[in-house]
Amino acid sequence: MTTITPQNPNPNLSPPAEIQISPINWVMKNLLTPWYNALITFIIVGIFCYAGYGFCVWAFTEAQWTVIPANLHLFGAGRYPSEEYWRLWVLLSIIVIFSGISWGIVARNVTHLFSRNVLIGLAIAALISFILPIPLLYKLAIIGLLILLSLAAWGGQKIGAKMPGLGQYIAINWFLVYLIGLWLIGGGLGLEEVTTSKWGGLMLTVLMATISIALCFPIGVIFALGRQSNLPVVKLFSVLYIEIIRGIPLIAILFMGQVMIPLFLPEGMRPDRVLRAIIGLTLFSSAYLAENIRGGLQAIPRGQTEAAKALGLNPPLTVSFIVMPQAIKAVIPAIVGQFISLFQDTTLLSIVGVEEFLGISRSVLANPNFLGRSSEVLLFNALGFWVFCYAMSTGSKYIEKRLNVEH
Amino acid sequence: MTVKEQGIPLWRDDRFWKVALQILAVLVVIAIFTLLGYNLNVNMQQVGIEFGFDFLQSQASFAIGEDLTNYDPSDPVAGSYARVMFAGLINTLRVVVVGLILTTIVGITAGVASFSDNWLLQKISQVYVEIARNIPILVQLLFWYLAVFSKLPRPEDRLSFLGMFYASKRGLYLPWPGEVGRFSICAAVLIVGAIAAFFVWRSRVKAIVIKGESGQNQSMILWVITAISVLILLFGLGWQFPHEPTEIGEIEGGLRLTLEISALLVGLIIYTGAFISEIVRAGIQSVARGQWEASKALGLKSNLTMRLVVFPQALRVIIPPLNSQYQNLAKNSSLALAIAYPDIYSVSNTTFNQTGRPIEVMILIMTTYLLMNMVISLSMNQLNRSVQLRER
Repeated sequence: MTTITPQNPNPNLSPPAEIQISPINWVMKNLLTPWYNALITFIIVGIFCYAGYGFCVWAFTEAQWTVIPANLHLFGAGRYPSEEYWRLWVLLSIIVIFSGISWGIVARNVTHLFSRNVLIGLAIAALISFILPIPLLYKLAIIGLLILLSLAAWGGQKIGAKMPGLGQYIAINWFLVYLIGLWLIGGGLGLEEVTTSKWGGLMLTVLMATISIALCFPIGVIFALGRQSNLPVVKLFSVLYIEIIRGIPLIAILFMGQVMIPLFLPEGMRPDRVLRAIIGLTLFSSAYLAENIRGGLQAIPRGQTEAAKALGLNPPLTVSFIVMPQAIKAVIPAIVGQFISLFQDTTLLSIVGVEEFLGISRSVLANPNFLGRSSEVLLFNALGFWVFCYAMSTGSKYIEKRLNVEH
Repeated sequence: MTVKEQGIPLWRDDRFWKVALQILAVLVVIAIFTLLGYNLNVNMQQVGIEFGFDFLQSQASFAIGEDLTNYDPSDPVAGSYARVMFAGLINTLRVVVVGLILTTIVGITAGVASFSDNWLLQKISQVYVEIARNIPILVQLLFWYLAVFSKLPRPEDRLSFLGMFYASKRGLYLPWPGEVGRFSICAAVLIVGAIAAFFVWRSRVKAIVIKGESGQNQSMILWVITAISVLILLFGLGWQFPHEPTEIGEIEGGLRLTLEISALLVGLIIYTGAFISEIVRAGIQSVARGQWEASKALGLKSNLTMRLVVFPQALRVIIPPLNSQYQNLAKNSSLALAIAYPDIYSVSNTTFNQTGRPIEVMILIMTTYLLMNMVISLSMNQLNRSVQLRER
């Protein structure tokens, strides 16, 4: 028996042979020529070795990292009562399950749900959770959540393949998850109530950022339409609102939220600190969102409105069914960018006394047991924010690419 | 005829809706403001405060860490709230102006470095951008202040660099032009020189482009101006270097920057620089490849290609987003509050705490920042107009 090696049917179509560059040549080409590049390379390598050595010496001898694991619960959930932690774990599992299902349903047509990159990502996440110096229970919980995520995604794909119409309910489901989440965190209706002054940490950061972005959306749309409107009075008000809010620093608006909202409200009506913070964040980011959406509105060709008019749609219908969906789709990357900066901006609430992720770190630093541990805690903080923001910006780039392909 | 007799029903009439909607908008706004104003009035009366800016004249009696305006908290006139706010305003302007200049330099350097032939430089530029813009500015500021600058050694064990720069808990010491009188004369000469150089350069370009001359004469003049300016910069300004006194004590001479302003500047510059770097990178990328290739084909060297062909075109894309980054830097300077640098915002905050006048203080803060941003915005728009493509 002779085996026939499969021949390329048309050798002309095969891609050109890749030029193999040996590592030495690569280094020569990219790092060492011409002479000034070599100089730059050596200077950079020198600085990096020096700084890296200094950092390692500090990190392994001087730094006392125990401050992080000792306060992990504070970083995560603030002063949330520890006997109610199970509610947060339940919420986290619900979120993980729904993310898995949504992922599975969205990716129902992908043949390999768990591609190599996804598997590597899961493995790395599991590995990190194992390396981190946290209690064994947390490690197991994180690994359990990862398994839950994979199972839910697998199930979601199976269900999604059977019922393709399910995709449109994802948004409503998330809204329900949100309500359940608020109920689980805040209590009431059979659960013990936990006042907002005890909410804190990363949980509060995520909560405030998501609530504010959701609330600022309708306001932003209204002001964007108002600014584009041909009614002079409406336009004037919108421009004034947008420009004034965009002209003053966020900290001033948050200050206004904390100090002045109670002044402007009737006696006895005093929204609590977190709510006031959310109002401030919402007012602030709706002005920026309005500008983003206006960009999208300007990108819609006139023909769309005219065609809608010709079909007999009245202005409200034209806006809500023809113009707005296209405008928002055009500015999704900008909106994600807005969300990332809103997420970062929640840190400013630590100045007005809300104990979100950075705020709780500052109270940890004020604890006499952990005095002078600012480098460790702030590095941990920076890492936490970086992971979230980097993940979101990478995600938004991915969405942008997919949206570009569609056109 | 029939249409006119029946008339268009009111709710289908465009003109009616236009007027009605606007009246509605005005009514809603008026209603909101009356309600809020009424509540405010009631609340203020309960506290017993009357609206007015008279409090600005009374004595502030709190000290601020940094001051260039001879504010004196113990004096009733030179220590009024108006004076302390002015001192804060000067502190803000100091940070904003220096910050804008340095962050532009950092941003453009990092943006251009991402096109470098050197792989390492390219990657470092990318890593810098990804790190700096994904960590909130407040975390960065606190990090620089608490974890870097506050951990500098005590004055006795100060760090020194080249015998010109010193750093300790007392602050950073830099070489700085000495006498004020001599400095202002030299600065005036330098500015006049720069303006003259600009006009000579324009006439040189005109001579080359329109008359087809070589532009040699103008080049000579430019070289002379440059040489004179360099000489003035090196020797005329009377640089003073910080130096260690013989016995242990304070460092003398040069400029002392406090830890607060250093941390604020470093944080703002690094954070905003990352955004500017991305803007510059996108701007350079937006210039069509053909432009690079065409200028190469015309025999321009790579630095000339960048300066004469690519960068002017990239500027059109760069300047509008740069405008909003500059405004962001100006607004973010208010985070000085978190690291105890007495800028206008943190001074106003103390003023509010002492006087209990949120409305007046808020109006002052809003006006200050709106004016500052307007100045930035107007000048950037002017710059934008000068680089935009002129199409007929």
